[in-house]
Amino acid sequence: MLLRHTPKEVVERSALTINPAKTCQPVGAMYAALGIHKCLPHSHGSQGCCAYHRSALTRHYAEPIMASTSSFTEGASVFGGQSNMLESINNIFALYDPDIIAVNTTCLSEVIGDDLNQIINRAIADNKIPKGKTVMYASTPSFKGSHVTGYANMLTAMVQNFATNTGKKNKSITLLPSFVEPSDMSEIKHIAAEMGIDYIMYPDTSGVVNAPMDGKFHMYPKGGTPREKIIASGDSRYALALGRVGTFQAAQLLDSKCKVKTEILDLPIGISATDAFIDKLRTTSGVTVPESITVERGQLVDVLCDKAQYVYGKKISLMGDPDILFGLVQFCKDAGMEVIHVITGTPAGAKWDRRIKELAGPNAIVKSGAQADLFYFHQLLQNTKPDLIFGNTYCKYIARDMDIPLIRTGFPIYDRIGHSYFPITGYRGGLHLLVKILDVFMDRQDRDASEEKFELVM
Amino acid sequence: MAEVYELPDTAEFKAEILERYPPKLAKKRAKQIIINKIENDDDVPEILANTRTIPGIITMRGCAYAGCKGVVLGPTRDILQITHGPIGCGFYSWLTRRNQTKPTTESDVNYMTYAMSTDLQEEEIIFGGEKKLRAAIDEAVALFHPRAIGIFATCPVGLIGDDVHAVARAMEEKYPDINIFGFSCEGYKGVSQSAGHHVANNKVFTDVVGLNDTFSKPGKFKFNILGEYNIGGDAFEIERIVADCGLSLHSTFSGNSTYDEFSSAHTVDLNVVMCHRSINYLAEMMEKKYGIPWFKVNFVGAEATSKSLRKIAQFYEDADLLKKTEEVIERELVEVEKVRLDVKSRCEGKTAVLYVGGSRAHHYQELLREIGITILSAGYEFAHRDDYEGRKVMPSIIVDADSRNIEELKVEADAVRYKPRLSEEKKASMEADGFAFSDYNGLMTEMPESSLVIDDCNHYELEELLDRYHPDLVCAGIKEKYVVQKRGIPMKQLHSYDYMGPFAGYKGAINFYKEIDRLLNCSAFKFTKAPWDESPELSATYAFN
Repeated sequence: MLLRHTPKEVVERSALTINPAKTCQPVGAMYAALGIHKCLPHSHGSQGCCAYHRSALTRHYAEPIMASTSSFTEGASVFGGQSNMLESINNIFALYDPDIIAVNTTCLSEVIGDDLNQIINRAIADNKIPKGKTVMYASTPSFKGSHVTGYANMLTAMVQNFATNTGKKNKSITLLPSFVEPSDMSEIKHIAAEMGIDYIMYPDTSGVVNAPMDGKFHMYPKGGTPREKIIASGDSRYALALGRVGTFQAAQLLDSKCKVKTEILDLPIGISATDAFIDKLRTTSGVTVPESITVERGQLVDVLCDKAQYVYGKKISLMGDPDILFGLVQFCKDAGMEVIHVITGTPAGAKWDRRIKELAGPNAIVKSGAQADLFYFHQLLQNTKPDLIFGNTYCKYIARDMDIPLIRTGFPIYDRIGHSYFPITGYRGGLHLLVKILDVFMDRQDRDASEEKFELVM
Repeated sequence: MAEVYELPDTAEFKAEILERYPPKLAKKRAKQIIINKIENDDDVPEILANTRTIPGIITMRGCAYAGCKGVVLGPTRDILQITHGPIGCGFYSWLTRRNQTKPTTESDVNYMTYAMSTDLQEEEIIFGGEKKLRAAIDEAVALFHPRAIGIFATCPVGLIGDDVHAVARAMEEKYPDINIFGFSCEGYKGVSQSAGHHVANNKVFTDVVGLNDTFSKPGKFKFNILGEYNIGGDAFEIERIVADCGLSLHSTFSGNSTYDEFSSAHTVDLNVVMCHRSINYLAEMMEKKYGIPWFKVNFVGAEATSKSLRKIAQFYEDADLLKKTEEVIERELVEVEKVRLDVKSRCEGKTAVLYVGGSRAHHYQELLREIGITILSAGYEFAHRDDYEGRKVMPSIIVDADSRNIEELKVEADAVRYKPRLSEEKKASMEADGFAFSDYNGLMTEMPESSLVIDDCNHYELEELLDRYHPDLVCAGIKEKYVVQKRGIPMKQLHSYDYMGPFAGYKGAINFYKEIDRLLNCSAFKFTKAPWDESPELSATYAFN
């Protein structure tokens, strides 16, 4: 048994987190920063964080993930990291020439209280930042929230640094996605484009962390939202933020800073949430939903109706990030499955807890925050065994010990490929997800059926 | 080494690299990029190493916490490890290094799959985290009843003034049956993972090794392997071979190791060292305190493995052991040679560069040479001068300001248990016969003449090197993997082995030859360019008829 020391009996813990269902802020900020074109993420702290965050994203995407670090030494940790940051700015522009350096902080620089605003102003005053280049930062203390919080903070910093209200509205609608895959960002863009909507989306990591191989290394791949677009988002007619935990703060700032009317929706995962997203796009833009989208929807509903017998009533346990969990739980319910456990390590707030409980149903156990970890999750599963787990790679240890199928969703996925190419958002993502779920249950039936009950046609 | 591969323009290339650096930086990097030159008596040029990382340069390096918890203690399966800090450090070091563990029974302890953390929050940063750490230990004890607990400090811990050692002492009083110890391995200590190795060595030496005089394993010729972390099952393969030879491996620091093995490690007669960088401190301290001699071995490469086995067997001067060792070598080499010659026929003449941690950039050169691959350039992330130039330069190494706070323990002979395994005369006579104790010649002495040795190679330099020298193969880590592969150059991870292994020992050599053969000769890389990109002019002239 891989997790041989996890007892069935749940005992309350208050101090020890075991097998966390979250990680720390800066990796989320690094990911968000990669969604800006020609941007180099920079980690202001000791270099271990940067190495870990780059490695985590690299393992998840099997792609180069570039980022630099201030490489604090003990001296800098005591006397402040200003000179490390200034030297970094010098070296980065001299050697790597990004248009934007997006700085995230770590627990180290947060605890010593480095004032990045002042440091960046100093760099500007000393002419260390070449003309037309930007150094921006998000405060991302690892001892608050989770990687989703870090993503949210960097997204907010994008609005803060760039979004500008010129007083002249443009035709676009701004879309702010939560921490999702590049494939999902592509899918959201696909829907908007199909509907003929002039959109601005950021961050957008498609084409960055799922870039093609062409025999060259591109330090700054073709993808990423151009700075001009982020600036122009301040003039957009309307903004839709998808996934409250990842986008709330940025949406609010876009509203208050640029007077862009913003609305927060769930991530368009599954039928209901995608319906809501598309309907909102339709009404805010005054467009008709094109046939092509209705066909995509109809195909998803068709497959669900055709094969509902294989999923109906199945018990599902989910772990992951709060915004994605909303969509997945809703999708499970749409498909007639029974959600029995939902956990996220991200302290998502009472509002999230309440809403997801409502969504999952009265019998589901829901928990968020520090002790909502995979150790606890495993204990829950030992008490009530589900038919399927949704979660990240680390769930594979539970899945194997308990012989429960696992569908990998969220972050990180270190042991399978595909999440960066095939979406789970939109109707097409829904279909992709549904096929995965069906494959799992049908494979199980094939594996477990007695010879006489083994079916050719399913 | 006899082999000479002249890079025609090494000096010119070095100058070009330095050109883009600001002057102060160029001056520093000039001392870290060395054109190798081996003179009589294995004298090599001096390299600047183990110095602070240049901010913003895009280094490959990690931190002291990674070196201590991630590398040295991580592979131990029954010491419960609690990371004291915010969640990230514990999360990223959770199962990401491939230290395999194999408990002996179904009920045997194995904490490998668990990541434990105090998950510090803002309140603790403000009011201190010691209370939470104590509570976390209480909870861990209640849940797991471990024999030993290690506490690992992360960046904020040192700054907010939490004392992990005081907490360890207090909790040990509360739980007298459990050995509880803390590691001051805050990420900012030193300049790299290396500081963490040293911190780990010190604590394991003072708080674990020597506590148990009675635990023993069957067998006659007992020794420890230091600095072998069982990545991809390397230690399992070494265990297999040495057992066949009739040797008795007592403890491995720290691949698949246990607390009992650590605490009784002082009872053996010999320590052999695989990864010099991470564990030479422990080897030295054990020799001083207990009288256990040590020497360097290398189980990476078939020849190297045979050489290492012979050296260990010779140490014991036992005719049966020597005979059996030769038999094992002969038996194992049959298959190795068959595969090696086959693979060599397809890989001979290819070139490689290696930038890996603190030992493998050297060890793997043997394996690559065995299949006819030439090393153009190599370097370490965080090794010290002795790993580059050999231990003979150690007296001249000056510890700089950034590493001065890493404690250097004063070790004296144990009043009761110090027992020289070899008399001074015996040792001297063995050395006179060419037997080298406490030795390590370093990487540069085995690198080709005029090859480039680069310390703390960064992204810019790696790219320049690929542009200029077009190596057929690059060996480095996960962060470099896809940077290299996007160019259509095969890349082998020598930290994680790309999720395969073992690569050590004889079976490991076979696995490695085959893997390099696959990388250099598989067809996937031939599709890098689309046909219409190869000859784009055709698209304009083609017409339907």
